[in-house]
Amino acid sequence: MADLHFVRKAMIEEQEPPAATAGVAGWVRENLFSSPLNAILSILSLGFVFYVLSALLPWVFSPTWSATSLGECRELTGGGHGKACWGVIRERWLQLMFGFYPKELYWRVVLDFALLIVAVAPVLFTKLPRKMLYFSAVYPFLMPWLLWGGSIWNPIAVAAGFVLGFFAHKYARPAFGGLAAVILAFLLPIIWWFFLAGPLANGLASVLPLALETVESRNFGGFMLSITIGVVAIAISLPIGILLALGRQSDLFIVRSLSVGFIEFIRGVPLITLLFVASTLLNIFMPPGTDFDIILRVIIMVTLFASAYMAEVVRGGLAALPKGQYEAADALGLDFWMAQRLIIMPQALKISIPGIVSTFIGVFKDTTLVSIIGLLDPIGLSNSIRADQAWNGVVWELYGFIALMFFVFCFSMSRYSMFLERKLQTGHR
Amino acid sequence: MTSLTDPPKESFRLGMLIYDTRYRSLTIQIVALIGFMIFAAWLINNTLYNLAEQGKTIGFGFLSDTAGYDINQRLLDYNSQSSHWRAAFVGLLNTLLVAFLGCITATIIGVFVGILRLSNNWLIARLMTVYVEMFRNVPVLLWIVFTMAIMIETLPAPRAFKGDDPQASMVLFDSVAFTNRGVYIPEPLFSRGLGDMPILPDAANPDCQLNEAGEVGDSCGIFQINIDLLFLVLVLGASLFVSGRIRKRADRIQNETGDRPNTMYLRLGVVILPFVAALIALGFHLGYPELKGFNFKGGTYLRNSLIALWLALSLYTAAFIAEIVRAGILAISKGQTEAASALGLRPNRIMSLVILPQALRVIIPPLISNYLNLTKNSSLAIAVGYMDITGTLGGITMNQTGKELECVLMLMLVYLVISLSISAVMNWYNERVKLVER
Repeated sequence: MADLHFVRKAMIEEQEPPAATAGVAGWVRENLFSSPLNAILSILSLGFVFYVLSALLPWVFSPTWSATSLGECRELTGGGHGKACWGVIRERWLQLMFGFYPKELYWRVVLDFALLIVAVAPVLFTKLPRKMLYFSAVYPFLMPWLLWGGSIWNPIAVAAGFVLGFFAHKYARPAFGGLAAVILAFLLPIIWWFFLAGPLANGLASVLPLALETVESRNFGGFMLSITIGVVAIAISLPIGILLALGRQSDLFIVRSLSVGFIEFIRGVPLITLLFVASTLLNIFMPPGTDFDIILRVIIMVTLFASAYMAEVVRGGLAALPKGQYEAADALGLDFWMAQRLIIMPQALKISIPGIVSTFIGVFKDTTLVSIIGLLDPIGLSNSIRADQAWNGVVWELYGFIALMFFVFCFSMSRYSMFLERKLQTGHR
Repeated sequence: MTSLTDPPKESFRLGMLIYDTRYRSLTIQIVALIGFMIFAAWLINNTLYNLAEQGKTIGFGFLSDTAGYDINQRLLDYNSQSSHWRAAFVGLLNTLLVAFLGCITATIIGVFVGILRLSNNWLIARLMTVYVEMFRNVPVLLWIVFTMAIMIETLPAPRAFKGDDPQASMVLFDSVAFTNRGVYIPEPLFSRGLGDMPILPDAANPDCQLNEAGEVGDSCGIFQINIDLLFLVLVLGASLFVSGRIRKRADRIQNETGDRPNTMYLRLGVVILPFVAALIALGFHLGYPELKGFNFKGGTYLRNSLIALWLALSLYTAAFIAEIVRAGILAISKGQTEAASALGLRPNRIMSLVILPQALRVIIPPLISNYLNLTKNSSLAIAVGYMDITGTLGGITMNQTGKELECVLMLMLVYLVISLSISAVMNWYNERVKLVER
């Protein structure tokens, strides 16, 4: 019988993969030319990319950095319209950043936003020392003082109200019981703010005048204004949003109806109508003689706007929490607020972080709307820069610069939220 | 509530309002209600006092006064002698027009981009990602003013079309002209048209007397509906209804016998033939825009503010819709596709019969809320001078009459009604497609 079976005696040498499936050629074949349709699409989009870049790159790389007027740009580029005029950015970028804030006081804004990062960092990164949270608590009072200036005793007097409330709660609880402590903790600071804080701050200021130079609100502008409105609105809207979300989930009919009514009303109207309220109506709603500053009014309305959206985000987080968590908290004998504080909110807020960040991005983008009611945000400023004789007719450079700034800011935040989402995923699926 | 209490052994004490869980919720609610009412009363009181101080009264009578301003893009007959009511209504129609156009284009672009982002063609997928990120991370207001700037700065002026050797020319067989004032497209005309029908005609109005041609004047009635358009819509609606009946019949036959009659040609014919017949009967032809003097005459004129707003809103919203579509398709597990192909379905049948019906359940709710966002964002029209309801009622009318409170309230009410009706549709849809589990 013939020896038909085959036994391999030596290993075949390892072969290179076929040239068409490996390396660059393989990648191109698989990702760009896998089918006739894909090949056509690839060639078309290559052509499109080439077309766009061939128009855009010469425009971007134009040697007009030193120009001081549009006419000078035209001379530098030989009169062509296909070249950008970057002189306007060199000359006005500080204005686009800070508006008409006094030049010698720019450091205050920069310091303010640098401190903002320090204040926010311990909230976002749990690895940082917990002591830094004390600074985060001080920052809300420091921030407006640095931006607007004035006597240092004003923010201290306001902060003292909170401290007063805290101590009232702490010491009244053992003495008078829980309910009286809560009422005291609300009443004492209100009495303090309305009747004592003002005279005391004035008195201290006359004794020890520690003050920064005051900057009027109408000098605020540019990205500084957008960031101020966005950050303040989001920071205040978070607690309001949590309360509204809890109200919306509550079994109490009246509390629920009020919350739903507020949320649906705010979400149903465009922000611009709320800004109209800020610019024309808010002072009418207030007691006679109140004259809120326009930026404060805008911040109030944007905060209300953001809290309705925040409430929906938090509600999503609450709804995503398994029912067992609520039941377990009840089984431990925790009361409503303790259960919320210790069990529900830490998990629900964690789930809602991506939503919170995207709400913030949305609010930050929406701050451009204030240009419609006449504030000088970047878009409003770009119009006033064009009103200058030297730069009359500059459009693309300004819009391009503003768009790029917004893009960098919003894109990096959305990436950060994606990173956070992955990091916080503690393996539920 | 968190704990159970024993039935009360003692009579009612005041403290039980707070410490007894049976009464506590009632107490909290009453306190909340009283607090809210005090707050509302405080606001109203302040408002009334301040308005009295400024010498203003609250009332909506000003809406019947003459508006005195012109609206350049309008769907209804309007002139500067019309009332503020009418201006607001024209503005509302403009809002709905741009919202409607925007939603349609945004959906088309968004679905397209969303599917292409999942393409296995690396270049196409990257390009679409760039598009989505570019539009999502830049404020919509910037896109609107940017598009407007493109319209004004890069398109030729109408006079560039003049002369024997013009610098610019019309496109699509000389039927469409892109100018920096707007776009001129052919308009539908009916040589045997049925005329206009006045709504709520006022017999005392001299314009409502029939003239020699048997028609009424332009200013008769609150507004006039084009009967040709109405007729065409009715014909289309009727044929779609018949087509639906044919489909139902095919479904029934399939359920009974297992064979499905081929109804495609029949249904196409039922929809198209009556419509074409109606067009011919009405003497349908196109009126082309022509250059007369320094501007175009004839045709439909779309102002560049409308075009800029429409384009910017649809491109911006399309970026969000693309993400929704992508997420919706990705949400369907791969097993569905594999199971369907194991059953022997072809790829396009898998998409239309298995993937899309399931993906739509995920896609539609956020899609509708994006339509809502687009409608609300259309209020930014005021930045480019498109006269939507924010531009008329919340803009010129408010500034002219000084009735800020009434105007802003009405403006909010209009948007609320639009929003609430859209959410009602959404809830109805959600209820209908909800997964019925166990």
